[in-house]
Amino acid sequence: MIVEAPPAEAPTSGARLARRAFVVRELGNALALVLLVAVTVAVNPRFLSAQNVKDLLLGATILATLAVGQAVVVITRNVDLSVGSILGLSAFATGSVLVASPGLPIPLVLLLGVALGAGLGAVNGGLIRGAQVPALVITLGTLYVFRGLDYLWAGSRQINAADLPAGFLRMGTGTVVGVPVLALFAVVVVVAVGYYLRNYRGGRELYAIGSEPAAARLSGIPTGRRVFAAFVASGALAGLAGVLHAARFGTLDANAGLNMELNVVAAVVVGGVAIFGGSGSVYGAALGAVLLTTIRAALPVLGISPFWQDATTGALILAAIGLDRVLSARVARRLREGKARG
Amino acid sequence: MKRFTNDGVESQVVAPLLALDGISKSFGAVAALRDVRLELFGGEAHALVGENGAGKSTLVKILAGVHVPDAGTITLDGAPLPLSGPADARAAGIAVIYQEPTLFPDLTVAENIFMGRQPRRSLRRVDTARMRAGAAELFARLGVRLDPDRPARGLSIADQQLVEIVKAISLDARVLVMDEPTAALSGVEVERLFSVARSLRDAGTAVLFISHRLDEVFTLCERVTVLRDGRWVCTDPADAVSVDDVVRRMVGREVSAMFPERDPVAGPPRLRVRGLTRHGSFADVSFTVHSGEIVALAGLVGAGRSEVSRAIFGVDRYDAGEVVVDGARLPPGDTAAAIRAGLALVPEDRRQQGLVMELSVERNATLPRRWALTRAGLLFGGTERRAAADWVRRLRVKAGRLIDPVSTLSGGNQQKVVLAKWLATTPRVLIVDEPTRGIDVGTKADVHRLLARLAADGVAVLMVSSELPEVLGMADRVLVMREGRLVADLPRADADEETVMLAATRQAVGA
Repeated sequence: MIVEAPPAEAPTSGARLARRAFVVRELGNALALVLLVAVTVAVNPRFLSAQNVKDLLLGATILATLAVGQAVVVITRNVDLSVGSILGLSAFATGSVLVASPGLPIPLVLLLGVALGAGLGAVNGGLIRGAQVPALVITLGTLYVFRGLDYLWAGSRQINAADLPAGFLRMGTGTVVGVPVLALFAVVVVVAVGYYLRNYRGGRELYAIGSEPAAARLSGIPTGRRVFAAFVASGALAGLAGVLHAARFGTLDANAGLNMELNVVAAVVVGGVAIFGGSGSVYGAALGAVLLTTIRAALPVLGISPFWQDATTGALILAAIGLDRVLSARVARRLREGKARG
Repeated sequence: MKRFTNDGVESQVVAPLLALDGISKSFGAVAALRDVRLELFGGEAHALVGENGAGKSTLVKILAGVHVPDAGTITLDGAPLPLSGPADARAAGIAVIYQEPTLFPDLTVAENIFMGRQPRRSLRRVDTARMRAGAAELFARLGVRLDPDRPARGLSIADQQLVEIVKAISLDARVLVMDEPTAALSGVEVERLFSVARSLRDAGTAVLFISHRLDEVFTLCERVTVLRDGRWVCTDPADAVSVDDVVRRMVGREVSAMFPERDPVAGPPRLRVRGLTRHGSFADVSFTVHSGEIVALAGLVGAGRSEVSRAIFGVDRYDAGEVVVDGARLPPGDTAAAIRAGLALVPEDRRQQGLVMELSVERNATLPRRWALTRAGLLFGGTERRAAADWVRRLRVKAGRLIDPVSTLSGGNQQKVVLAKWLATTPRVLIVDEPTRGIDVGTKADVHRLLARLAADGVAVLMVSSELPEVLGMADRVLVMREGRLVADLPRADADEETVMLAATRQAVGA
């Protein structure tokens, strides 16, 4: 019989518990998604037709790209409300550039969109850093300023698919083994950003800043620079989303991405990124985006009136937040109880 | 090894590793440090002692790069060392263990230790395995059993402090600053910390040790520097001075003179707390405060004292127990009812909880009374101003004009406005949380006199305080809390520094 308990027994269960809560959180969304799809397919088998799945993925692509950028910002205990407007500007810029010079190589177009978005993100980051004002207020301002610039530039003009080069539009409709090309962009973005946040000092420091800003400063983390970079990243991804938007829809005016920002924040919150920073992942945020898009597509199939769509999104956010509270309270309690160190 | 000795020869030869000269720092109108000097030698442990508010923590924050001094020079190895941020201090090899732990609750213990300088593998990726092993090895060196993989959230204060210590040790610092690292540690843990500090010192590190426990100071340190009211008083070899000498220099006056003479007459019970429990904060707290009595609630930071006072006042809910004022039970979680019953709470963090910084002095002073001052539902400026002026005069608040925003006052005067605000409600039970934290000595005496007078008028005063001299100088009874439980109820005669500290820190037996 072993008299003495192995030294690390109690604490390790604490680490396992925290990890398990994280997994439960991500699995919960995946499970909800599977359940939703199963029910919808039972009602209407055509919900999983190749065309429908493709539309779904395309729809989720843009939201997920924005959600990844938003997650990076939210992890640092900030928020970026201007992403919809950045997407709008970038989409219209993409259209205008391509109308002016149709021969431009697509990679360069993508780069231009990303650079424009990064520039606008730098404006956000610079204002927040310089004015020492909460990001919520600054980006609420730039939400309108950027949209205003879009209106000023586009006016009542509209760029149609017919004006855009065929090669560019093919990127919007093409597939690789059934998966839309645009969705591949989102996958690359999710994996790359997720990997960076998990495995690089810069990424870990973003979590540290969101977890406890004062402690981050005391540890010598350049918090101002890191938060600035987070907003540049969010802007750049919104810029990329703008190019993807242009390729997908072809029809561009000043209203692209209008009112999208709250959808993005919703996807991030549903995806398990804590709104007060410090925890969550971009995988979760992307999954949240897929879940929200799928719900919007499934409700009409299920014969639920569009009126209920927003209500469902809202209920999902509340459920996600409720789940987070319950899980974190449980983990915290168990960790406290397990603190007796021999 | 160039250990510093006191034979007077080597001291001529060895140059200080880190030297501070003429350091001054003010916050608004309050001078925290004035012309302070300090020399730290490699291979020597140096103690910095002084009362609360003497400027020790400010000095630590200057060394850490958090505060930039208004005047003075810092030199490392004889070369000027500009410290404009915590990163500079780190780069210079200065590691600081703060009084209050500064951890990232969402991250693992290992990441907390290595944040910003995680070991890396190929492609500059963080090497999680090596980081975990490094943390485990450091824990083993300290003899601590903590899982590097668990999140920092939920660690006890002592464990958090241990993580901080491991963090500082892992820096291989040339200068190790410890700001009251032992406040939350048990005897065994303190002994381990000291053996680590000694081995670092013997390896050539300069150690700056700050503690209220003078016996620890004399166990660990070779030299002692005393600060008083923001000024350098003296630096002596530890074996050339006695504890009594150091205390006399710290206080600089007779301790008793700081506190008013009182002739306590305990009346009938005013505030009765029975079995008060809030899961995770405190459990089964019972005590009584009589009319005319000043009762101090002592204990370490994080013992649950402020939480208890907040629950009594109804700011936080409690899970079990009851609060009775003058025989009537207070409904839980209802501050309005508490105020009606004659309770007043002067909170610990006056900037956040006690005052509306943007509002004028008079508005702040009359805020809780605004209904009593109304006529036909309207608040007239004249009434408000008269009521405020009265209390501001009685408390000797130094304010330019009553219509100035409270944020323009000094810390001590802000505290007086908070007191004015609650005294104007003529409370029967006054709860004060750290009534003199961060205010100057003169104002402290004012506040103490005021508390004594209120008690003489029959008010039951419950005072939460971390300053032992204040606790011992003011209280008729001392209640001590430890880890959420009331562990001692000491009458004034039995309470001294030793008994209170012992009750506050004694490790639970068993397990």
